[in-house]
Amino acid sequence: MHTLAVEIPYWGQSLLRVLGVFAAVLLPAGTIVYLYLFKAVSFMQSRLGPMEAGPYGSVQLVAEVGKFLQKEDIIPANADRRIFTLAPYVVVMSTFLVYLVVPFGPDAIFADYDTGIFFAMAVSSLSTLGILMAGWASANKYSLIGALRAAGQMIAYELPLVLAVTGVVIQAGTLNLQGIVAAQHEGDMFGVGVIGNPFVLTQIVGFLIFLVAAQAELAQTPFDMPIAESELVTGYLTEYSGMRFLLFFIAEFASAGALAALAATLFLGGWSIPGVDLDNNLMNVVGPLVLFAKAMIIAFLFFWARFTLPRFREDQLQQLAWKGLIPIALLNIMVTAVLKVAF
Amino acid sequence: MSAVSERDQLRYIAAQAADARVNLELETEGMTLSIGPQHPATHGTLRIVARLDGEQVIAAEPIMGYMHRGYEKLVEARTYPQINTLINRIDWLSSFANEVPFILAAEKLMEIEAPPRAQWIRTIFHELSRIANITLFLGDMGVQVGALTAVFYAFRDREFVLNLIESATGGRFHPNFDRIGGLKEDLPKGWIDETRAVMKRIRSFCDEMDDLLVGNEIFQARTRGIGVIPKEVGLSYGLSGANLRASGVDWDLRRDDKDIAMAWKHADFKVWTHPDGDSFARYWVRLQEVRESTRIIEQLLDGLPSGPIMAKVPRIIKVPEGEAYVQTENPLGVMGYYVVSKGDLGPFRVKIRSASFNNISITPWLLRGVYVPDAIAILGSLYFILGDIDR
Repeated sequence: MHTLAVEIPYWGQSLLRVLGVFAAVLLPAGTIVYLYLFKAVSFMQSRLGPMEAGPYGSVQLVAEVGKFLQKEDIIPANADRRIFTLAPYVVVMSTFLVYLVVPFGPDAIFADYDTGIFFAMAVSSLSTLGILMAGWASANKYSLIGALRAAGQMIAYELPLVLAVTGVVIQAGTLNLQGIVAAQHEGDMFGVGVIGNPFVLTQIVGFLIFLVAAQAELAQTPFDMPIAESELVTGYLTEYSGMRFLLFFIAEFASAGALAALAATLFLGGWSIPGVDLDNNLMNVVGPLVLFAKAMIIAFLFFWARFTLPRFREDQLQQLAWKGLIPIALLNIMVTAVLKVAF
Repeated sequence: MSAVSERDQLRYIAAQAADARVNLELETEGMTLSIGPQHPATHGTLRIVARLDGEQVIAAEPIMGYMHRGYEKLVEARTYPQINTLINRIDWLSSFANEVPFILAAEKLMEIEAPPRAQWIRTIFHELSRIANITLFLGDMGVQVGALTAVFYAFRDREFVLNLIESATGGRFHPNFDRIGGLKEDLPKGWIDETRAVMKRIRSFCDEMDDLLVGNEIFQARTRGIGVIPKEVGLSYGLSGANLRASGVDWDLRRDDKDIAMAWKHADFKVWTHPDGDSFARYWVRLQEVRESTRIIEQLLDGLPSGPIMAKVPRIIKVPEGEAYVQTENPLGVMGYYVVSKGDLGPFRVKIRSASFNNISITPWLLRGVYVPDAIAILGSLYFILGDIDR
């Protein structure tokens, strides 16, 4: 790792990091909401989506945020006030922490941990805690059922998610996300190293499992049992309004962006471009854009499925995880390990 | 699959409950969940009080009446033409179909019959309102099981049918087109060609639903074998329409009632049934019914007779003393009006038999032992309109 050309004092670095993490969380979330939730989906459903606020409704997002900020802040009378107000922050925090270890360029990384991917997996499951808190504190039966469903689902799908990543880790030989990017960039497939070795080719099984499990982690259709609009009103979100709902909303789409960015880093080569030197200082500027583009492609897959498929029932969803995804992921790890040793 | 007796179902519940409580110390107290009256899944104000054990429904009871408008009383204070406007609002998705049995009952009492052209156009509009009603169900069932996109397609293509109804009658939702002795107006110019084009469109919508939902593995997993209504149970609860045909009862008044003054007897169509009686069967039967309706309309348009659209009726309609009951096969099931007349301008008493009221009476039996998500899918597949329950 090399150092930046300019010397920045510690407080300056910290400030940059804080601003950077806000940008890293909010930009993908905003893009996903506008591009996919508002527009792509509208076109799939043969409607136009927002058209009035700005050209093609491009500032609709500002209007939505303004709307949420103006709303009355309601806390149900029987709610556990402290936990009720704390829950959205827990959920948002877990999303912010995931972005901490995602590399955007050779130096553009908030914290370069040696166990980066392990850290990301660990903090992403913290959101379950926030959801349980929200469901319990709301003093609403629908919220409680939704939260319990969410907890069961997150535990079930955390496992295939981690197991899918394990294959990548074995192949790259490191838990460090920068190391995984480098391994994909410098690797070769059967001696041909033109585009490096994006693990989506060799770990295609892991990639697909990661996508399915990430969809479930995000509680999006077909795995949206915790929200299940037609059954549980909106599950654990039912009693939230105004600013707190907005926080949940941001967390939902920011974590979609975070998991998409993780998938892009693990399977699509992250911020690197084939043929461009990894140490090139310019990649600190281009890299984030490359990663962003790759993440958005994956996020499109999430939302495509979200607006096409019906939802699983809770037991079917658990069956898919325990009887389908986990055995396949374990098999994938075994094959990867054997091949790793053999070659 | 189909013949699950009540005892089998109870045994199944007991087995499930035993599985759930391996350890007596873990036994938990149940929870009462009130689904409705304001709830995204009930299309109105039906309330289901469900007693839950975890996610399993132990007992469920539908509570209706939140939207009761007292039509049976209101019609006693109105003249026959005024009632026509009122009963449009019973099943608001297929308003024209509500008018037909009432008008037929009044005509039966007056011993007049609408001219052939009026009968054929009546039948065509009856089928159009069936399409307008059931296409919405075909999309909405997707929403009940979590697929949002289907309902937008349903609204898109249903719009063409509503446009047809509007262009001929002037009312999109509540046409108020039927009159004692005939119809308000004849069809406008170019309407027939337009209708043919729309029927093609509706068939392609049905194919789309085939791809999006019927063929979808998740949809099948959510609906197949769920909410099975055996033939005998369905009959004993007085179900009608597609809910009964999905349980394998081959009964459709359009085909079976030969005396009724409508043009169905001139069309060649198939009554679809399904042996399974589950949610999937109910969806499938309705999907086939929409296809069949488009064919009925095309056949009737081919043979549409010419002539007047109004029989000779007095300016001020007074229905002679007597009683009459007429029922037709409406989109939601059998709908009938029992009209008692004392020879006044309006009826003395009217009893409205609406399909949804009977159709949801089976819910306590049907929802016992199912899981909450399935309960919603079953309620969706039973397909009721709140106005048709509460009147």
